[in-house]
Amino acid sequence: MISKKNSKVVPIVLDGKEVEVPEGINLVDAAALHGKEIPHYCYHPQLSVAGNCRMCLIEMGTPMRNRETGEAILDDDGSPKIGWVPKPVIGCATNVSPGMHVKTESEKVLGCREGIMEFLLVNHPLDCPICDQAGECRLQEFATDYGRGYSRFVERKNVKPKRTRLGPRVTLDDERCILCSRCIRFCQEVPKDDVLGFVDRGSFSTLTCFPGRELDNNYSLNTVDLCPVGALTSSDFRFKMRVWFLKDADSICPESSAGCNTTVSSREGELYRITPRRNDLVNDSWMPDSGRELYKSVKSDDRILSSHIEQNPCTTDEAMVEAIRLLKGKNIGIVGSCKSSLEEQFLVNQISKKTKAKNYIRGHFAEDDGILLSADRTPNLRGALVSGFTQKYPKDNLLSLSQSLGKKQVDALLVIDEDLDAAQVDAANLDGVPIVFIGTQANTTSNRASVVLPSLTSFEKSGTFVNRSFYAQFFRQAVPGPAGILPDLSLLSRLLNGLTEDEEIIPDQNSVWKLMNSVRGSVLKGISLTDVKKEAVLLDSSKWSDLPFVEAKALHFEPIQKVEA
Amino acid sequence: MKNADDPNYSNKIGCYLREGGYSMLKKSCKMKPEDIGAEVLKSGVRGRGGAGFPAGMKWKFLDRKSGKPIYLICNADESEPGTFKDRQIIHKDPHQLIEGMMIAAYAIQAKQAFIYIRAEFFEGARILESAIAEAKAKGFCGDKILGSDFSCDLVVHRGAGAYICGEETGLIESLEGKRPNPRIKPPYFPAVLGLYQCPTIVNNVETLCNVKHIMEIGGDEFAKIGKPNNTGTRIWCVSGQVKKPGYYEFECGALTLGEMIYDVCGGLLPGRSLQAVIPGGSSSKILRADERFSGKLKDGTEFDWGVEDIPLDFDGPMAAGTMSGSGGIIVMDDTVDMVEAMANINAFYAHESCGQCTPCREGSLWMRKITQRMCDGGAREEDADLLLSVANQIEGRTICAFGEAAAWPTQSFIAKFRDRFEEKVKNPERKKSSLQLI
Repeated sequence: MISKKNSKVVPIVLDGKEVEVPEGINLVDAAALHGKEIPHYCYHPQLSVAGNCRMCLIEMGTPMRNRETGEAILDDDGSPKIGWVPKPVIGCATNVSPGMHVKTESEKVLGCREGIMEFLLVNHPLDCPICDQAGECRLQEFATDYGRGYSRFVERKNVKPKRTRLGPRVTLDDERCILCSRCIRFCQEVPKDDVLGFVDRGSFSTLTCFPGRELDNNYSLNTVDLCPVGALTSSDFRFKMRVWFLKDADSICPESSAGCNTTVSSREGELYRITPRRNDLVNDSWMPDSGRELYKSVKSDDRILSSHIEQNPCTTDEAMVEAIRLLKGKNIGIVGSCKSSLEEQFLVNQISKKTKAKNYIRGHFAEDDGILLSADRTPNLRGALVSGFTQKYPKDNLLSLSQSLGKKQVDALLVIDEDLDAAQVDAANLDGVPIVFIGTQANTTSNRASVVLPSLTSFEKSGTFVNRSFYAQFFRQAVPGPAGILPDLSLLSRLLNGLTEDEEIIPDQNSVWKLMNSVRGSVLKGISLTDVKKEAVLLDSSKWSDLPFVEAKALHFEPIQKVEA
Repeated sequence: MKNADDPNYSNKIGCYLREGGYSMLKKSCKMKPEDIGAEVLKSGVRGRGGAGFPAGMKWKFLDRKSGKPIYLICNADESEPGTFKDRQIIHKDPHQLIEGMMIAAYAIQAKQAFIYIRAEFFEGARILESAIAEAKAKGFCGDKILGSDFSCDLVVHRGAGAYICGEETGLIESLEGKRPNPRIKPPYFPAVLGLYQCPTIVNNVETLCNVKHIMEIGGDEFAKIGKPNNTGTRIWCVSGQVKKPGYYEFECGALTLGEMIYDVCGGLLPGRSLQAVIPGGSSSKILRADERFSGKLKDGTEFDWGVEDIPLDFDGPMAAGTMSGSGGIIVMDDTVDMVEAMANINAFYAHESCGQCTPCREGSLWMRKITQRMCDGGAREEDADLLLSVANQIEGRTICAFGEAAAWPTQSFIAKFRDRFEEKVKNPERKKSSLQLI
């Protein structure tokens, strides 16, 4: 998603057509807004302009003015006379000005592109058959679109190192590098960890790490995404899969409340990689390396793959009957989860309301990196507020639950994906309290639970997360869940039905959203699921402005300033 | 350079003062800075570094309203093959440069000035260091110059050993301690966003020395030396197969290329004939001895010149389709293998390309590989056209003027000596060439 922040427009003439573009943007972006591609390698909308690849050379002219009087000089036919810049200019470093004329398809421009493409390829190894980037490579794309189609180069190509370890997660193939410097600028400007640079001169220039340093910051894999060619490769993804076999799903990173927009790629139900998806309001085009590893949880050893009663595998139906038996008529305590989707939290809260249960929820906090890994390490704490599951800001423990248990106010527990021991719940207080556990990964609580119902990871289901800025963002299912596991919404709605004998809630997003919209005073009023599926929707957060949110100032995030009374 | 080769003249401050040195600085410090700029503009003095841009005009572009400090940089990174004039000034008359710089610094109100000298000029740097120390001791530079309120520190900065450090924005980057990757213009025009993103003036050594002479005789008087639009004197550096190579200072346009080669430099070696001349450093376009040029000059006079008739000023070589550049005249007689000469020039540019932008980085090395192969006996018929096409793909598409500097020699060699390239195809010498390329 590209933000449309600048409302002021200026008229320019793009390939003979008068168009309006936002003031102050450059010609590459301006042309893109009107469907004209100006190919580029080094330019990236969220990094500083380097202007070194020269791929975006175009012809540009401005209306001529009389030097003394400042009046526009007119052509014979009365139109303003255009002073064309004699040399081609780079679109990335040329900002629009009123009346500017631009040619992006002239013979001269096409000649420039053909020339640059040829130069980029003369020392390129052309090892596409073994290159991870093949299929999503700008060099391949532009060579097809603008290249000569044959080579005039008969000399020996330069030889450079093919597999340099730049850091724990990034491997460099120097021969493929086109020296665009995107990775260098990224490291300087986003994680502010200046470790990359060029050594040597001319065509022998080589990307390298500073002596004694390595590219090991938590954003290093963004350099792989940024790399327009196959020079920087992810050590994890290297040689694993041809990208054209991958199926992409728009997702949201569940690592922290930053809510990075991601693309989750899979083939035949197997996850291969997670890459950031551009959203200028949330994460620009970046995400932390740590968030990219999360897909591994889907196939981890501690994944719960079937229902259990007293540690014995059983069918979901059997487990469901047992769970309802254990919970029915009791003083239930419900431990919700900030990792659940907004829709799930809403259903859990419905269960709570109907059974007059007490709600508990724990926050998971860690250090904030000030960029895209926030202090709140759950994706949907704000969802718990929005869904009404809790009004208070969760603490990093469940001591209140422990106390309630101690006072025997709670005699049965429904735990959603939480580890009670880790949340400082006194184990002695849990004695004799039946626990129904719903979750993806085994932990001490699932081991103790009377009934375990497996659930799905965020890669295997769809839903909504509310991020630190109160943007409601929709994530889509990337892969099917393991065989036999019910989707969380079905699970919860069956539980609700069994416990209350109300009419059943149809367990799909639309019905749950309709219910959520109908709640009196909900900030979701007037917002439809379709809106959220389309783009991030900013929710009204004024209700919660007094809560002690832990997130620090970061990329596209300002903590709420508390007004001193 | 009038005193430089006087046997009784040394590069010490005593000699300089004896010849009336630093009196112009005294005079200038009493003037308004703008008036000095006006004199320089009136003098019409054009930059001696290669591009020939009027220095006064350059000073006018300076952004004085930004409130940021203004810097003056003397470009002494003389690296253009065939050029060795700045070196002579620095070695023989360093105080002239210092005085010129201090006047210029006063004119643009710079509090800090740098002399960026190329790394290989060890001796030059040493001489400048001691000259600056002398000048500082006498109050000609540093704090409160000559008792006035104006202070300007002067520092010698030794380059890191690359041709590209002579490109003004590359020089600025290098001075900041970075790789000398030239900056993109716009927006980084030195006069607005130069050193440390502050307004900066970068002038050549010879240009800054001229500032002193302009103050001595006045802008109008200076403009009378030489020819209109080609004012002042120039130092020409003649190298190649002439009897007396060396540097010679003349009024602009006072003599022709032929007079320079045959009269001043004593002509070619016995039994040789002139084959080609590169008139302004290796990046300027080569001239073939039997070429003729005709057309109209800017002032309307028609001309019809042979190579030897080209007047030595700025506009003369320009009219002949080349440039006077940095004043490095390279003379080649009939013993020179033009393809090898081309290979040599290409090797230089391939070695010196900074590698920042694509056309120059890849194109210069490609051209080098082609010409080297031709010299090694692997010439092909299509090579001349290929070379020309590669050069055309570089010219005008790069960040800095290096692209042109690398492309022009190839374009002109192919245009004028295509027969030699074709000959190489017919008679390939199947031997490793004797040429030692960088």
